[in-house]
Amino acid sequence: MLEIKQLHANAGDTPIIRGIDLSIKAGEIHAIMGPNGSGKSTLSNVLAGKPGYEVTSGEILFKGRDLSEMEPEVRAREGIFLAFQYPVEIPGVNNSYFLKASLNAIREHRGEPTLDAMDFLALAKEKMSHVEMPSDLMNRSINEGFSGGEKKRNEVLQMLLLEPALCILDETDSGLDIDALRVVAGGVNLLRSPERSMLIITHYQRLLDYIVPDYVHVLADGRIVRSGGKELALELDQKGYGWIEEQARTEGHE
Amino acid sequence: MSRSSSTGDDERPLGTRHYLERFARAAQHRAGPGWLETLRGEAIASFAEIGFPTRRLEEWRYTSTAPIERVAFELPESDRSAPTPEELAEIAPCASQAWRAVFVDGRLCAERSVLPADSGGLRIDSLADALAGGEGEALVAAHLARQAPFKNDAFTALNTAFMEDGALVEIPPGWQEERPLYLLFVSTGNETISHPRTLVIARPGSRATLIQDHVSLDSGTRFSNAVCEVLAEENAALDLVLIQRENAQSYHVSNLQAVQERDSRVALHTITLGGALVRNELGLMLAAPGAEADLRGLFLGGSRRHIDNHTLVDHAVPHCTSRQLYKGILGGHARGVFRGRVIVRPDAQKSDALQSNPNLLLANQAEINTKPQLEIRADDVKCSHGSTIGQLDREALFYLRSRGVEERAARMLLTRGFAAEIAAGLPLESLSGWARQLVDSAVETLTADMEGSET
Repeated sequence: MLEIKQLHANAGDTPIIRGIDLSIKAGEIHAIMGPNGSGKSTLSNVLAGKPGYEVTSGEILFKGRDLSEMEPEVRAREGIFLAFQYPVEIPGVNNSYFLKASLNAIREHRGEPTLDAMDFLALAKEKMSHVEMPSDLMNRSINEGFSGGEKKRNEVLQMLLLEPALCILDETDSGLDIDALRVVAGGVNLLRSPERSMLIITHYQRLLDYIVPDYVHVLADGRIVRSGGKELALELDQKGYGWIEEQARTEGHE
Repeated sequence: MSRSSSTGDDERPLGTRHYLERFARAAQHRAGPGWLETLRGEAIASFAEIGFPTRRLEEWRYTSTAPIERVAFELPESDRSAPTPEELAEIAPCASQAWRAVFVDGRLCAERSVLPADSGGLRIDSLADALAGGEGEALVAAHLARQAPFKNDAFTALNTAFMEDGALVEIPPGWQEERPLYLLFVSTGNETISHPRTLVIARPGSRATLIQDHVSLDSGTRFSNAVCEVLAEENAALDLVLIQRENAQSYHVSNLQAVQERDSRVALHTITLGGALVRNELGLMLAAPGAEADLRGLFLGGSRRHIDNHTLVDHAVPHCTSRQLYKGILGGHARGVFRGRVIVRPDAQKSDALQSNPNLLLANQAEINTKPQLEIRADDVKCSHGSTIGQLDREALFYLRSRGVEERAARMLLTRGFAAEIAAGLPLESLSGWARQLVDSAVETLTADMEGSET
């Protein structure tokens, strides 16, 4: 599904990712953990194609194709979905209108028939029930005046509607109370399937109690410094990131 | 005016002379009451004295009227062709539910109009009837040229000298009917001019929505020189909607002046989507305590269009409130002007005035001159203003694209989103929905034009 080879990338002019290798197969769930500033969000932005983030060397293959030349909307249509850490508020743009435009752009790309307003609303209603989202949020401007939890639900709702091949969750747990976390994780778990991969970026182990990963990687200073199974997350939770950062620094100077 | 002087001796610019000659030539055809002929005479004398404004005047610093002066505009002949009922339904679907007066090149077209026949006292009359000494003459004589003086305003002077027709609207005391009043001004022909004049009197305790919609059905250079005078009496609530969507060769100068009495509320919604050169002069006089003015505007344009908005809110007495929200969207080489003046008179304590002018520039060559101007001569007041000039939000653009929405479509969505607030502020869902459609399609055209010019 996703092959990252010796990736180096900048955020603006600053080198952040300094050599990442990562392979995610269909159906796998990978978690990336790491302290603040380790490059977690840069990695997700690079994968989604955010302007201002530049691959300086190495490559990213998605379903065997080089991502670097693809516009963000093309990546989305090909099946990459980034759930934002801070979903953007867009005044004046109706949430329902946006979701329908998005879904139809992607369905068209897949060669599926587009949905009319009625069919779309029926589908959206069904998906909304999975994330316990109040129906009036559909008729508001995108994320405007939404609580933190409502914004994250809206992200997962989009994921449920678009059914991407690769879901990237960028600190989806941040700012969520335990009930909201359970609902959001429940929505994500509905998407688990042998054809779908997930990359879960998080600072805390907490989310991984609900969305159990197959692999855990620790990112420090722009590199993956340790990989393991789900038990690695627990170890980090107990010991913190200090020891790993220390290790990364020593290795970096070798 | 001396008729004996030959035009050769006249040092005035050609544009000015043109209108003086036309006025003199039309003198024998005009048949109106004496007071009107006196008023017209005074108006043309004012125009002869001041001529068209130059950019040396502070009020006209950013806007040149040269394109208007260059064309020898003529009042159209009698063959003014009215829009068909089908065209009318397409121009304004909302008109079917409204009282409506349709004007073609400034003249009322009775066949296309649906006017109240003395229904509980609501009056929408042709101004021409009143000017010819008809039934509304006394009312017109008492109010005309009171709110919109012409002494220092060349365009209002021209309108006053040449006005043929327009609407006389009187909303009776306590009127609460929801049905909106819709005045449609259609321009036709080439190098034609019209001087629509509207007089609105909202009696105490009345509430109404009045739309003035300026449209061209085809191409051709036209000049609409509109003047609207409004009196909102005690406790009246008026929503006045100005929609300007004439073709890309047309010029539009509009002067709207309102006087507000105690506890009245006037909301002015100005939506400018068309025209080569548009100048809006909006003046609200808060003349008695408790008056509230709400000015909302959206102006949008690409290519080489020029849109100029001048507002003046005069807090003449204490305890009045004014709000101004003007949004500009400019692409191509378009230029926009927003000059918002607020005057708080020395006695006008407890005045509350807010002004905001956010602008969106979609192209490097587009330009906006924004100049808020607060003249505060009282000390216990709450006044603030702010203006911003920005581009589309990058984060929002990426957010939409990351969901599969094409960049061009994402830009259009965001631009529409920026504009949406003004249409959403219109009263009645059917009206705001309709305005939203007009704005959305204007944004689409603007986005498409810009794509075309980039490639």
